[in-house]
Amino acid sequence: MAKMKGAITVNTERCKGCSLCVVACPLNLIQLADKKVNLRGYRYVEQVNPEACTGCTSCAIVCPDGCITVYRTKVES
Amino acid sequence: MENIISPENIVYQKPKLLNDEHMHYCPGCSHGVVHKLIAEVIEEMGVTDKAIGISPVGCAVFAYKYIDIDWQEAAHGRAPAIASAIKRLWPEHLVFTYQGDGDLACIGTAETIHALNRGENIAIIFINNAIYGMTGGQMAPTTLMGMKTSTCPYGRQADLHGYPLKITEIAATLEGTCYVTRQSVHSVAAIRKAKRAIRQAFENSINRRGSSLVEIVSTCSSGWKLSPVEANEWMQEHMFDYYHVGDLKSI
Repeated sequence: MAKMKGAITVNTERCKGCSLCVVACPLNLIQLADKKVNLRGYRYVEQVNPEACTGCTSCAIVCPDGCITVYRTKVES
Repeated sequence: MENIISPENIVYQKPKLLNDEHMHYCPGCSHGVVHKLIAEVIEEMGVTDKAIGISPVGCAVFAYKYIDIDWQEAAHGRAPAIASAIKRLWPEHLVFTYQGDGDLACIGTAETIHALNRGENIAIIFINNAIYGMTGGQMAPTTLMGMKTSTCPYGRQADLHGYPLKITEIAATLEGTCYVTRQSVHSVAAIRKAKRAIRQAFENSINRRGSSLVEIVSTCSSGWKLSPVEANEWMQEHMFDYYHVGDLKSI
C-alpha cells in the first residue's frame, strides 16, 4: 500500500523558538534544539525522528514566521 | 529522506509575497500568522498588482516591510479613511486595512464606524488581542473584565473602566457592511477558517459588494506575560467566552 512520507526543513535563522509548531505536530516530531541558538539568540526548532513525518503541514501552517517548508511524497511499502 | 527534499515535493512553504525581512514581532505573535494568510490569499487570487494595504499605528506599523504589495501608512486610527479615498480613486483595486484593537477600536472608532456605515468597498482586518501590545501592555477598550494590564493592575472593573467594546457586533448592525466575521488563528483548523474569511473579505472589496470586517481574536504573549503556547490556551479559555467566534453577517 502506498504511504505518505514527509520531510520538513526549518529556516533556523528566521525561527524564534515560539514552540507553536511543537504543540501543533500530531506526532510530536518537533522540539526545541538543545543548547543551540541562531544569530539572534533564539533557540530554534528541529525535527526528531524524521522517518515518522507524514508531511501533514500542521507545523508550517501555525508557524507565525513562515520558517518551515514541508515536502511530501508517496512511497510504496 | 534526501530524495523527499526536492522542489517538486513541496506541499507548503512561506508565500513568496511574504519577503525575507526578519519580522519584528515577538515569538509566537498572531500578527505573523495573519500576515502569512494575507500574503497567501493575495497570491492565490492573483491580485498582487492590484492589492493596496493600509498599515496602522501599533505593533503592525511595519506591515509594509513584510508583504511585497503597495502600502500606505496611515495616521493613528485613520486607516479606514485613507482606504476609502484610495478605493474611490481606484475602484478596481483590492483595498484593505490592517489594524489592531488600539488603532481600530480606540482612537479610530469614528473612522472605522463611518467607513463601514458608508459601505466603502474596503476590507478591514482587525487584530484584537485585548491589550496595547506595542506601548507596553496597557488596558485597551477591548480588555476583558477582570483582566490585569499595566494600567489596571487590579483587573478591569466596570465602575472604573467600563465594559469591553464589541466593535464587530456594532459593525454587524450597520447597513453598509456586507460581511462581518470573527475568527482566530490558534490552531490549524482555525487558521484555515480565518484564511477563507480573509479571502471572502478581499473578494467583496474587489467586487464592490460593500464593507467587510474580519476580526481576528489574537494573542499577545508579551503583554499577557505568558509563553506563546500558554497565551493560545489562555485565549481559548477566556477570550472566546466574550468574543464569540463565527460569522455575524454575510450577505
